[in-house]
Amino acid sequence: MTALLPLVAIGVALLFWEGVARWSEIPLFILPPPSAIGERLARSIADGSLQRHTLVTLSEVLAGLALGAVSASLLGYGLAKSSTLEHALSPYIVASQSIPIVAIAPLLVIWFGPGRLSKVLISALIVFFPVLINTIVGVRTVPTELYDVMRSLRATKAQIFRKLEVPAATPVLLGGLKIGATLSVIGAVVGEFVGSDQGLGFLINVGNGLYDTPLVFVAVITLVAMALVLYGLVAMLERKVLAWRIVEVG
Amino acid sequence: MTPILTATDLSLVYPNGNGGLQALDRVTFSAQRNEFLCVIGASGSGKTTLLRLLGGLLNPTEGEVQFEGERMIGPRRRIGFVFQAANLMPWRSALENVKLPLELQGTNSGANSRRAAELLKLVGLVDFENTLPRDLSGGMAQRVAIARALVHEPDLLLLDEPFGSLDALTRERMIFELLRIWQMRKVTILMVTHSIWEAVLMADRVLVLSQRPGSIRLDLEMPLSRPRSLDMMHTPEFGKLVDQVRSAIE
Ligand SMILES: Nc1ncnc2c1ncn2[C@@H]1O[C@H](COP(=O)(O)OP(=O)(O)OP(=O)(O)O)[C@@H](O)[C@H]1O
Ligand SMILES: [Mg+2]
Repeated sequence: MTALLPLVAIGVALLFWEGVARWSEIPLFILPPPSAIGERLARSIADGSLQRHTLVTLSEVLAGLALGAVSASLLGYGLAKSSTLEHALSPYIVASQSIPIVAIAPLLVIWFGPGRLSKVLISALIVFFPVLINTIVGVRTVPTELYDVMRSLRATKAQIFRKLEVPAATPVLLGGLKIGATLSVIGAVVGEFVGSDQGLGFLINVGNGLYDTPLVFVAVITLVAMALVLYGLVAMLERKVLAWRIVEVG
Repeated sequence: MTPILTATDLSLVYPNGNGGLQALDRVTFSAQRNEFLCVIGASGSGKTTLLRLLGGLLNPTEGEVQFEGERMIGPRRRIGFVFQAANLMPWRSALENVKLPLELQGTNSGANSRRAAELLKLVGLVDFENTLPRDLSGGMAQRVAIARALVHEPDLLLLDEPFGSLDALTRERMIFELLRIWQMRKVTILMVTHSIWEAVLMADRVLVLSQRPGSIRLDLEMPLSRPRSLDMMHTPEFGKLVDQVRSAIE
């Protein structure tokens, strides 16, 4: 019963919205009723445009997420293991975080062109920091006692990495990846906003320009769905990989 | 017969702000093959430090450790280590934890599992092969740790207060289990303990460390017959040995 409550809540909200939009004087392009959005959704699926743009954004998001997560965990491992490296680089890493992504997105589009590459890079950049921090924390918090165990058994560096550091740091790393997954969608869309001729960000721009507000809603809803699915996939991975951590309740 | 382990004038100074903290002061003793030694001393007298030196996890400031006639410079495969806490890898089942030392040596995997299962049987955990550490009691986890330390057939087993965290009943059971394993395996054991009666009951020889900096205060044979039993604790001979050890500690 309680599982249904969110559904009931959104149902009530949608009905209220529909009512307000229909029986007030608010024009369609300012507040379209849910029914108009539904209609627009059906139309853009029927002509295939929604799928096409979604696929573009999705490919940018996945590439950006992969690039950002892989490079951040590699650098994070380096920083966690070497305090020299950390001292040399951490001021710049922290400083880079104070630059809003929207400020450097136009630069990246100028440098790497209006194609997909610039979006992938923007997405990767925004994913980078949370994964980096979580990797560092994950590796730093591997218990020293477990290092002692590995050392007493004469494990090589590679064995310590594979059989201790990777499994021990994975929970925290996946936490960073979960945040990164939702951020990656934002990154790609910001890039598309700045300059592109395809993708869901582009679709939002087009909708705005044409006062096709239902289309804007359609694109936004698709983005939210994409972020939720990505988050869900990482959470699923987490449950699978981290079965040893989950304590059965009840 | 040459001793399996010799400590000669072992001193250890931990670096700290002002001149360093001396934990051990010229500790000298040796252990014969198949001997059961207990090391006892007040808290902070340097017992763990001594064990880490003997296991090659720490290098002495002065003096040297010889294992099987060779100077020790790092951990050896033929020395098994049981730490004060069980220190199991939480993502590995009991069986996989016991298998770890064999895996690190790169031996065949099918044989490893069989061997690890044998060891679990030896410590009385036949039905817990697939159990994760979070589902093991403290005593069971400690037994897994003992199985892990024995699985690659070390010649010397170093134990750091292995029963420290156990309740009185489990502790009694574990004492006799370890004695049984020792007699079956013919391995040299050096065990650190806080408990005088435990040391007298188990050991061939008891070493008493003085207050910090620790040095050997007493090196005393326990001329009790084998196999040992709880009944022996009520003999006058046992009481006399306990008194001798106690007066050396105080
Ligand atoms: N890594 C370290 N760095 C600095 N000082 C240390 C370190 N490890 C231990 N010490 C100090 O060395 C002394 C001996 O410590 P040690 O752990 O060997 O004692 P212990 O006999 O094992 O004590 P306990 O019975 O409480 O386990 C203590 O005064 C402790 O504070
Ligand atoms: Mg100790």
